Amino acid sequence: MNLDDYRGVWVFIEQNDGKIEGVSFELLGAGRKLADKLDVPLAGFLLGDGIKSLANQTIAYGADQVYVIDHPVLKHYRTESYMKGVIYLAQTYKPEIILYGATPNGKDLASAVATDLSTGLTADTTMLDADVEKRLLEASRPAFGGNIMATILCKKHRPQMATVRPKVMKALAPDYERSGQVIEEKISLKEEEMRTKVLQIVNDVTKKTNLADAHVIVCGGKGMGDLQNFQLIHELAETIGASVGGTRDVVEAGWLPHEQQIGQTGETVTPKIYFAIGVSGAIQHVVGMKNSELIIAINKDPNAPIFDVATYGIVGDAMEIVPQLIAQFKSLRTEKGGEVSYA
Amino acid sequence: MHIVVCVKQVPDTKIIKINPKTNTLDRRSAPAILNPYDAHAVQEAVKIKRKTGGTITVLSMGPPQATAVIKKSIEIGADRGVLLTDRAFAGADTLATSYALSKALERINMDLPIDLVICGKHAIDGDTGQVGPGIARRMDIPPITSVIEVTEVNQEEKTVLIKRKLTSGYELIQSEMPCLLTVEKEINDIEYSPMPNMIKAARYEPIIWSVNDLENVDRTQLGLKGSPTIVGKMFTPPRPEGGKKLEGSVSEQVSQLMEILMEKKDLFTLTSSR
Repeated sequence: MNLDDYRGVWVFIEQNDGKIEGVSFELLGAGRKLADKLDVPLAGFLLGDGIKSLANQTIAYGADQVYVIDHPVLKHYRTESYMKGVIYLAQTYKPEIILYGATPNGKDLASAVATDLSTGLTADTTMLDADVEKRLLEASRPAFGGNIMATILCKKHRPQMATVRPKVMKALAPDYERSGQVIEEKISLKEEEMRTKVLQIVNDVTKKTNLADAHVIVCGGKGMGDLQNFQLIHELAETIGASVGGTRDVVEAGWLPHEQQIGQTGETVTPKIYFAIGVSGAIQHVVGMKNSELIIAINKDPNAPIFDVATYGIVGDAMEIVPQLIAQFKSLRTEKGGEVSYA
Repeated sequence: MHIVVCVKQVPDTKIIKINPKTNTLDRRSAPAILNPYDAHAVQEAVKIKRKTGGTITVLSMGPPQATAVIKKSIEIGADRGVLLTDRAFAGADTLATSYALSKALERINMDLPIDLVICGKHAIDGDTGQVGPGIARRMDIPPITSVIEVTEVNQEEKTVLIKRKLTSGYELIQSEMPCLLTVEKEINDIEYSPMPNMIKAARYEPIIWSVNDLENVDRTQLGLKGSPTIVGKMFTPPRPEGGKKLEGSVSEQVSQLMEILMEKKDLFTLTSSR
């Protein structure tokens, strides 16, 4: 493999039902920086059925080129059909870097493609950079349960690939005046050769927690002690109309369902206000909430790393502080005769 | 029906410590357990077998003491287990791991054809979720990731109906068998192991294979040599400056916090419901 044959930064533009996933825009933003640093074009690649029109949007968010494979067999995401398209594109155009959103489909696709291309893939990346001289992607992610970051390199194989956590990178403001090149490719796909069929897609909004869209989140950690004390988290959340989240430990202990886990292996959230109560602030948790606008931490341990990311911190016993907070909010409510809410 | 479940022994990351001087994992600080997602994978195999009959084989790769997770799988209800253990496999990333496991699966398949491979969604020490799909590609069978329900197994038609989790909701997939599933925790609850399983597990001697027990192995694809990715460096992210710590008694601090919150009118306002 001649590494110098590989040039360019590519981003998988994930679309569902003709709508591009937010993480793809974020990756175009992150990819733009890498491409500029490496002095190469940034390309998006788009697969689906009747999705050509999405190319313009891809360019508006920062791509110089968009590779499009439009085919009826690609209507729904399937590993076997999508990977065929991606492998064809990668072998034909030889990008040096390919980024995918760490969504169920993005991770699935990247894992299959990496195996067939015999190349390296870094999972759930939260920091991206490039070593220009060595032309290496530096993909960093929390490791070992999340108290430390590891930078993963792929020195001798191309393309260098990574899946990237949603909501960690920043999308550029779209510019519909930007011009770019759209390259259409055709591959042979036959429905009768497919071994899997998507029979039905159910958008189950009730099951998805509202954490991702919440304006205010009250998150409890194992510092709450036990399930009974953890009820204080629910009570505070209810009083101020917030959503409840928990750390990995809390979910492992069964105090909350997995859907409410915030962090590397749970949800990434960006609310306007984030209460971290009895949360120590392990890296794997912090990557899932550090982009919140206002972070309030309550913890007994003055050295807890959560205070490093908190806007305001209270060192003290949550069992003492939270009831007082609840009482204050409740009295405020009676006093003014209204509901606490957020803009 | 022959179901193979791939399992991994992992340090319990909830309690593992990092040596602050060397930034490396202090493996002695944490007990080794069966990866929680893999326990659900074994449990799902047991549930399927209840309806279809057949054999459940577990496969693991790791140091000799990883026989413990095979015994644990027998306790949940697996019939037999193979441990791949050899220094040649050491230092493998996900690509080299899926290669080694697929070679072992090849041998298992020769002995008794495989209908279904089940893996956990990811291992809690690596959190990648890449090995399952990697194995499927190498065996050239469809990978179906993020499985939350095995709705139907049709042995005559050789098909399965699967619910697969999506970002918002799920999809119903029909796949030919053999195929590979990676399962989410919500797929089932781990049942209490019946006494006969516990006794069987205690007495069970896992089958041990070294690299020499596998056929047609390209050694350059194994272990560290076969791994395209390497850890460049480990670091604790630069500590942000941190915010302001409030001071005073508890009630003083709570009052200060209330003031701060009320000041952020654009964030947090009190609206009259009347």
